[in-house]
Amino acid sequence: MPHDAMSKLVGDYYTTHFSPDPTSEGDTLILNLGPQHPSTHGVLRVVVEMDGEYIRRSEPVLGYIHRMHEKMGEVKTYLQYLPNMGRVDYLHALAWNWAYVGAVEKLMGIKVPPRAEYIRTITCELNRISSHLLWWGAYILDLGGITPIFYAFADRERIMDILQRVTGARLTYCYYRFGGVSADIDDDFIKETREFLQHFKTRLPIYHGLVTGNVILRGRCEDIGVLPVEMCRRYGATGPVLRGSGVAYDTRRFEPYSVYDQLEFDVPVGKNGDAMDRYDVRMAEMVQSVRIIEQALDALPDGPHVSPDLPDRFIPDKGEVYFAVEGARGKIGVYILSDGTAKPYRLKLRSPSFSNLHVFAELAQGTLLADAISIMGSLDLVIPEIDR
Amino acid sequence: MIIELLATPLGHTVAALVAILAFLGLNGLVMVYMERKVCGFIQLRPGPFEVGPRGLLQPVADALKLVGKQLVTPQGADALLFWLAPFISFAPVAICFLPIPFGPIATGMNMNLGLLLILAFSGLNALSLVLAGWGSNNKYGLLGAARAVAQSVAYEVPLLLSVLAIAFQVGSLNLSTIVEGQKGILSWNLFYQPLAFVIYFISATAETNRAPFDLPEAESELTAGFHTEYSGMGFGIFFLAEYSYMIVVCAVATALFLGGYDGPFAPGIWWFLAKVFFLVLILMFFRWTFPRVRFDQLLNICWKWLIPLGLANLIATALVMKLVQ
Repeated sequence: MPHDAMSKLVGDYYTTHFSPDPTSEGDTLILNLGPQHPSTHGVLRVVVEMDGEYIRRSEPVLGYIHRMHEKMGEVKTYLQYLPNMGRVDYLHALAWNWAYVGAVEKLMGIKVPPRAEYIRTITCELNRISSHLLWWGAYILDLGGITPIFYAFADRERIMDILQRVTGARLTYCYYRFGGVSADIDDDFIKETREFLQHFKTRLPIYHGLVTGNVILRGRCEDIGVLPVEMCRRYGATGPVLRGSGVAYDTRRFEPYSVYDQLEFDVPVGKNGDAMDRYDVRMAEMVQSVRIIEQALDALPDGPHVSPDLPDRFIPDKGEVYFAVEGARGKIGVYILSDGTAKPYRLKLRSPSFSNLHVFAELAQGTLLADAISIMGSLDLVIPEIDR
Repeated sequence: MIIELLATPLGHTVAALVAILAFLGLNGLVMVYMERKVCGFIQLRPGPFEVGPRGLLQPVADALKLVGKQLVTPQGADALLFWLAPFISFAPVAICFLPIPFGPIATGMNMNLGLLLILAFSGLNALSLVLAGWGSNNKYGLLGAARAVAQSVAYEVPLLLSVLAIAFQVGSLNLSTIVEGQKGILSWNLFYQPLAFVIYFISATAETNRAPFDLPEAESELTAGFHTEYSGMGFGIFFLAEYSYMIVVCAVATALFLGGYDGPFAPGIWWFLAKVFFLVLILMFFRWTFPRVRFDQLLNICWKWLIPLGLANLIATALVMKLVQ
């Protein structure tokens, strides 16, 4: 191989500053996974040092889809900033809607009518199912099974059709408003949702039969990426990643917001904290979401869908507020510091993918490349959420 | 004049090679269409249907697209090895077809060591993958090449063991002779050597780098593995070679285990093709159903299961044959 041609391919800052560890023995290879790679789902880049097929070290490189969401929060009014929330985590957009809207409501002391709370619960849980479905398909795709994602998309499509009826969008929803939701749900919405739930209950056993019990899949997931609780605590991992390790921490249950304290649902947990446990937890969560939606539909009260006595302009008093909800990937937190003007002085978004991603470097150490892909998939990362 | 030329052994071989190349080209189109339709069927979607009636012209459009694309040699690549690799991948396939008995007379070259020839030439495939991965100056390519070597070396062994069991039983390496020995469905070797058939088919899936054993090109790990850097027909030839190898391994399986061209009513060649494409269909079902195995699991299946079982099967076959004699 001509050497001068090789010397031109030196790489950028990250690859040159990630030179092989001088203390490590033997020949190693620096490999860029991403930002364009089939398994990094978006523009995540991971620089890995490989010894054959084994990973010595790895380091996630962020910033490829940084859109300055937090800075934008400081230059827009409270209402103007709302559409940004659907774009932070586009797969569970309504949870981000809820986290921000909830924070502003808490800051300004706005009361939300009960009907709006139930509508929020129903739509947010529908969105959670669609997010988990997409994860399910994409994870099996990472493991080399191409077909399941088409089954997942067929069901996800129905959820998107249902949500489109009330939100007007199919992916980046901006549906919740301060003091309620932008549009009331109608009988057709309820009918379609109930039909979907019935249909979905018949689909889950098919998924389990096709994929969960497959011996190849279990070989790729069991005992892969075992995540101890202590490590979750160090990195601040939340959501199914934490629950897969056996900690039954769910914001909906332990810091109840909205009507979740009136609804019955379990918090599924894993035992070993391996990729299979995280898989099982997400599959079980879809069942719990179905339970929540059914109860919420039964208990849906009448009344206004948005608070009737809202202020004309949203200008909170001086103060700070933190509000957290449970997203599909973990705990979503919004912190707002208000200086009494129409725009927040500081807005901080706590995204679960950011914490969950950083578990990867430690988990992937010493594993095979294929296992690292499986671990990354099992963390269910959404990259725009990591780069805020 | 032409008929006289064809009657000579050399003329016959040349004519057979021409026919094989024509068959491979056509087969590539058929298999692409078949794969896409099967994949569509499994994935609850229609598959190609826009180009031509029922999408029949889709493979032609695909082929034209590949031909029309620019051939890019990556920076720092070894151009000679890089462009040699697709041809080393494809050329042996044509030779592998020579001893395969498609019908009672439709055999390219009736030779006594036909089976050995097929195994020898299909082994060359690994070389092409190594050259492609090494020559393209790409880290993913290199990893894919390394996987290809380990996989091929491991899976040649059980493949050979399962084929040897048949050779022991029949006492010949001539595929035509093996097929002649199977008259009527009850005398198919499948029923005498079921274990050998299973071992053969699993090993053959791994040999052709088909999912769930498609590790050298595992797209979710290595983007495209050894052919990451190939564009246009460079990739197209690898693709054609993969599909042709599928036909070779399925044809050998048909000849060894499924009675070859044995079948009632229709001429033998149709029976042969029907059996071959049935096995191809199973390979396609594999690909669109299973996730990919991990590398060490792949080697474990081979060394811990297939090879011991293959050896046991071979010894049992040898004993039985000795006793029968």
